[in-house]
Amino acid sequence: MKTAFWLAGATVLALAQPALAGDTIKIGFVSTFSGPTAVIGNDMRNSFELALDHIGRKMGGKPVEVIYEDDGQKPDVGKQKTEKLIQSDKVDFIVGYIWSNVLLASLKTAVDSKTFLISANAGPSQLAGELCSPYVFSTSWQNDQTPQAVGTYMNQKGVKSVFLIGPNYAAGKDMLAGVKSTFKGEVMGEEYTVWPSQLDFSAELTKAKNSKAESIFVFYPGAAGVQFLNQYAQAGLKQQIPLYTAFTIDELSLPLQKENALGVPGAQQWVNDLPFPENKKFVEDYRKKYPGLRPTFYGAQSYDAAQLINSAVVAVKGDTSKKDEMKAEMQKANFKSVRGPFKYGNNHIPIQNFYLQDVVKDADGQLSLKTMATIVKDDQDRYASKCPMKK
Amino acid sequence: MKLQINVRNVVVALVALGLLLLPLYSAATGNIFILTLFTRIVIFALAAASLNLIMGYGGMMSFGHAAYLGIGGYAVGILAFEGIGSGFIQWPVALAASALYALVIGALSLRTRGVYFIMITLAFAQMAYYVASGLSRYGGDDGLTIYRRSTFGGLIDLSNRVQFYYLCLFCLFGGVYLIWRIVNSRFGMVVQGIRSNEQRMQAIGYHANRYRLVCFVISGTICGLAGALLANNTDFVSPAGMYWTRSGELMVMVVFGGMGSLFGPVIGTILFLLLEELLSQFTEYWALVMGPLLLLIVLFARGGIMGLLGRVGRG
Amino acid sequence: MLVLIEQSLNGLQFGLLLFLLAAGLTLVFGIMDFVNLAHGSLYMMGAYFAATFVAWTGSFLLGVVLALGATLLLGIALEFVALRHLYGRDHLDQVLATFGLILFFNDAVRLIWGPAGLVLPLPAWLTVPVQIMPGVFYPAYRLSIIVVALAVAAMLYVVVMRTRVGMLIRAGASNREMIGALGINIKLLFTLVFGLGAALAGLAGLMQAPILTVQIGMGENILILAFVIIVIGGIGSIRGAFLAAIFVGMIDTLGRAFLPDLLRMVLSSAAASTAAPALSSMLIYLLMAIVLVLRPEGLFPAARR
Repeated sequence: MKTAFWLAGATVLALAQPALAGDTIKIGFVSTFSGPTAVIGNDMRNSFELALDHIGRKMGGKPVEVIYEDDGQKPDVGKQKTEKLIQSDKVDFIVGYIWSNVLLASLKTAVDSKTFLISANAGPSQLAGELCSPYVFSTSWQNDQTPQAVGTYMNQKGVKSVFLIGPNYAAGKDMLAGVKSTFKGEVMGEEYTVWPSQLDFSAELTKAKNSKAESIFVFYPGAAGVQFLNQYAQAGLKQQIPLYTAFTIDELSLPLQKENALGVPGAQQWVNDLPFPENKKFVEDYRKKYPGLRPTFYGAQSYDAAQLINSAVVAVKGDTSKKDEMKAEMQKANFKSVRGPFKYGNNHIPIQNFYLQDVVKDADGQLSLKTMATIVKDDQDRYASKCPMKK
Repeated sequence: MKLQINVRNVVVALVALGLLLLPLYSAATGNIFILTLFTRIVIFALAAASLNLIMGYGGMMSFGHAAYLGIGGYAVGILAFEGIGSGFIQWPVALAASALYALVIGALSLRTRGVYFIMITLAFAQMAYYVASGLSRYGGDDGLTIYRRSTFGGLIDLSNRVQFYYLCLFCLFGGVYLIWRIVNSRFGMVVQGIRSNEQRMQAIGYHANRYRLVCFVISGTICGLAGALLANNTDFVSPAGMYWTRSGELMVMVVFGGMGSLFGPVIGTILFLLLEELLSQFTEYWALVMGPLLLLIVLFARGGIMGLLGRVGRG
Repeated sequence: MLVLIEQSLNGLQFGLLLFLLAAGLTLVFGIMDFVNLAHGSLYMMGAYFAATFVAWTGSFLLGVVLALGATLLLGIALEFVALRHLYGRDHLDQVLATFGLILFFNDAVRLIWGPAGLVLPLPAWLTVPVQIMPGVFYPAYRLSIIVVALAVAAMLYVVVMRTRVGMLIRAGASNREMIGALGINIKLLFTLVFGLGAALAGLAGLMQAPILTVQIGMGENILILAFVIIVIGGIGSIRGAFLAAIFVGMIDTLGRAFLPDLLRMVLSSAAASTAAPALSSMLIYLLMAIVLVLRPEGLFPAARR
C-alpha cells in the first residue's frame, strides 16, 4: 500500500512542477499517440520536430520548448490535456488536433484563455463558421473542401452518376455532403456505415454494384480505408466501377493498401511531389531523418503550423504577450508553405488550391502518391460567410 | 457503526482530508491544473460509487453505467443549448431523465441474471450511444459544446474553479453518505439479502425484483448527477463518453478499489486516474505497466485496494 | 431476387466469421466458467502472427499453420502463468484481470510491430471472384471463410460429442470436483481447452485479416459482438453460438442492406436517411435486448444440472 501512496505523492509532485518561467517559447501539441491511429500523431510530431530543426529550434531569438500530449482519440481526454497545457504549462501556442470532436471539445478552453490554437488537421464546419475565433487558425482545410474538389474533378472527367459510401459520423456526413454540393451528375444511392465498429462492407458494395452507378465515392480514413479497398478489390469491382476517394489513401495507408490503391484518384491540398523548394526540402529531409517513413498531408500541415507560429513570433521579436500583433501577422500567412502560397479567409481557414492525386509506381518501384493536375485554384470553404469576423 | 482505528479507516480519513484541503494546496503553489484534474477525479468517483451500490451491494453487474453519465450530461447540454441555463431546471431534469431511463431498462433487464444481465445493460447503453450519435441538432457524434455552465441564481458560481470543486466534492460526500444510509437501512439489508440468497428472501415474502429495481434506479440517478457535473466540468457532452469502454472503465475503478466497500470505489478511482496520468507522463507505453498491475491486483489482492488495506490492518 | 441471395450470402459469411471467434469464447466460458476478455487479444495475436509468418516463409498456408501453432502456445502459456489461478473466482475479478491483459497486449504489439498495422496478402488463387450461380459472382476468399467455419463447426461437434476427450470436457463442465476425484487430470484438461479456445481465436483473427485489418485494438469491437452472440445463443452452447452467429450476421447485413429502403416506404426520405443508419447501427443490440427480455438465458440455454 505504501507503493500506492508513493505513486500518488509522486504524481502530485510531477503535476506540481512549476511552469518553467523564463525566456522560452512554449508550444503544446495535442494529438493521438496511442492506439491504432497513433501513426498519424507520430507523423505529425515527426514533421513538427523537423520544422523546428529547419528553423534552428529558436523563434525570435528564444529557444522553443514543445510539450506533446496524447488525446487517446477521446474528446474529454483531449480537453483535459488542453487544460493542462494552458493552466499548468502555460503554453503560448497549442497545436495539433486530428479529430473534429476532440478539437470542438477543446476549443472553448483555448479561446477563453486567449491562447492561440492552430488546428493542423481537424476542420469541422463550426470552426469555419459560427465558432470562428481570432485566436484560432487552421493550416489544413475545412472538411467539405476536399470532397468538393473530388466532385469537381468527377464533373471534369464527365462522370454521369455516383454511389456514395461513408461512415456515419459528422465528418463522414460532411464529406458526402461536400461531394453532392459540387457533383453535377446523378447520385444513385448513399450509404452510411457504422462508425467506428463496422467491419464488413459487403452489403454496401453489393448495393453499389446493383445501383448501376457509373462510379463510387468513398471516405474512409485510416484502417477503414485499408479494409474498404481490400473488400472492393476482392469483390472484383475494381475492373467494373471506378472509385473516387477523399482522405482514404495516404502515405500511412498505402503500404497496407498496396496494389489495391493503384490508379484510385483522390484530392488533396498537399501532395509529396509538389514542385516547391520548401516542399522538396521537407520531403527529402523527412525521409533522411526518419528512414523508412514518408511524410503525409497530416505532417505537411503540422510542418506549416510550426512555420506559421515562427512567423508570428519573429514578427514580435519573441514577445508573445503582443497577441494582436501576432494575430495580424498570422493572418497574412507570411511564410513559405510546403503546399505553395495560400491566403487566409476571414475565418482563418486557408484559401488554397486542391490537387488531383493518383497512386503510381515511382522510380524505386515503390507505390507513391503523385500530383496529376490542379482541380481548383484558391478555393474558399462555404462556411466563411457564417463567421462574424471581418478580415 | 462503531468507528475503529485501523489502517483502512486512517487511509480513508487521510484521503478525505486531502481532498478537502486540495484547493489550499493549489492556491499555495499556483498549480491550477491539479484542481482541474481532481475535479474530474471526484466526479468519476461519484459515478463509481453509484455503480458500487448496485454491483457491490445489490449484486447487479451493470455494464452500461456510462449511459447515465451521458443522459445527465445531455440533459444539461440540450437545455443550455435551448436557452434554459438555470441549474434549478437543468439538474432536476438530468436526475429525472436518468431515473426514468434506469426504471425502464431496469424493469426489462432484471429479468436476467449474471452475465446475461451484464450484456443486456450493455445493449441498452449502446443503443443510447447510437441515439445520441444521431442527434444531429445537438452536434451528432461531434458532441455539444456548453457555452455557459449551469447557473444557480448567484448561490454558487460554477465557473469559479474552487467553488465548482467543492460542489463536486459535496456531491461525492453526499452521495457516499446516502449510499451508506441506504446500505444500512432495512431496504439495504433486504437488497443485500437478495444478493446472497434470493430464494430465501422471496420465501420470506420480499418481492426481490422490486427491491432490485429501486436500488438500480437510485444508482442510475446518482450517476446521472455525476453526468450533470461532468458536463459542466468539460463544458461539453459527446456520445464518445457513453461508449461501452467508458462503462468498462467505471467497472474497473470499482473492482480496483474494492467492490462492496463504501470508500473502495472512491480510492479506486483516485488511484486509477492518477496512475494513468502519472504513467502517461513517464512513457507512452503506460498500458504496458498498467495492464499487468491490474492482473497482479486481482491475483494477489482480493477485494481490491480496500481488501489489501484490510489485511494490512490485521497484520 | 439475385440481390437477396447475394446479400444473404454476405450475411452468412459474416456470421460464420463471427462464429469462429465466438466458438472459442463460449467453449472457455461454458466449460471453465471463465470470462476471458483477452480472447480478443488472442484474436489480434493470431492475425499478427499470421502476417509475420506469411511474410517470413513466403507461403500463405505454411504461415497460417505456424500462426495457429503460435497462438495455441501463447494461449497455453497465458493459462499456465496467470489465468489458471482465476478459475472459480468472481466473474468480475476475471474481467478486471483480462482487461489488464488487453491493455498489455495492445501496447506489447505496438512495441514489437509498431502502431501502423500489417497486411496479410492473399495468394492469387484466392483473390478472384467465383461464379456461384448464373450472374452471381462471389469473392473466392469469402467462400473459403464459409468452408473453413463450417469445417470448424463440424470438428467441434465431433470432438465434443463423439470423443473421449469431449466426454471429459462435458463432464468437467458439469462437475469439476467429481471428475478430479475420479483421477482425471482436470488441470491438464482445462489447459488444453484453453489452448483450443486460443487457437480458435487465432484462426478467426487470421481468417479475417485479408478482408478486414491487422491492427492494434482490432479485437475489442468484435469481441463485444462475440459476447452478444454467445449470450443470444446461450452460454456454453456451441450449437447456440453457431446459430446465433448466423442469425446476427444475417440481421446485421440484411438490416444494412434493406432497412433504408423499408424505412423510406413509411417515412419521408429525409427522415429515413437519418434514422436508417442509427437504427441499423443498434440493430444487433436491439436484437440481443429483445432475445434476453423474452428468453433471459439465451435461445439455447446449456442444460446444466
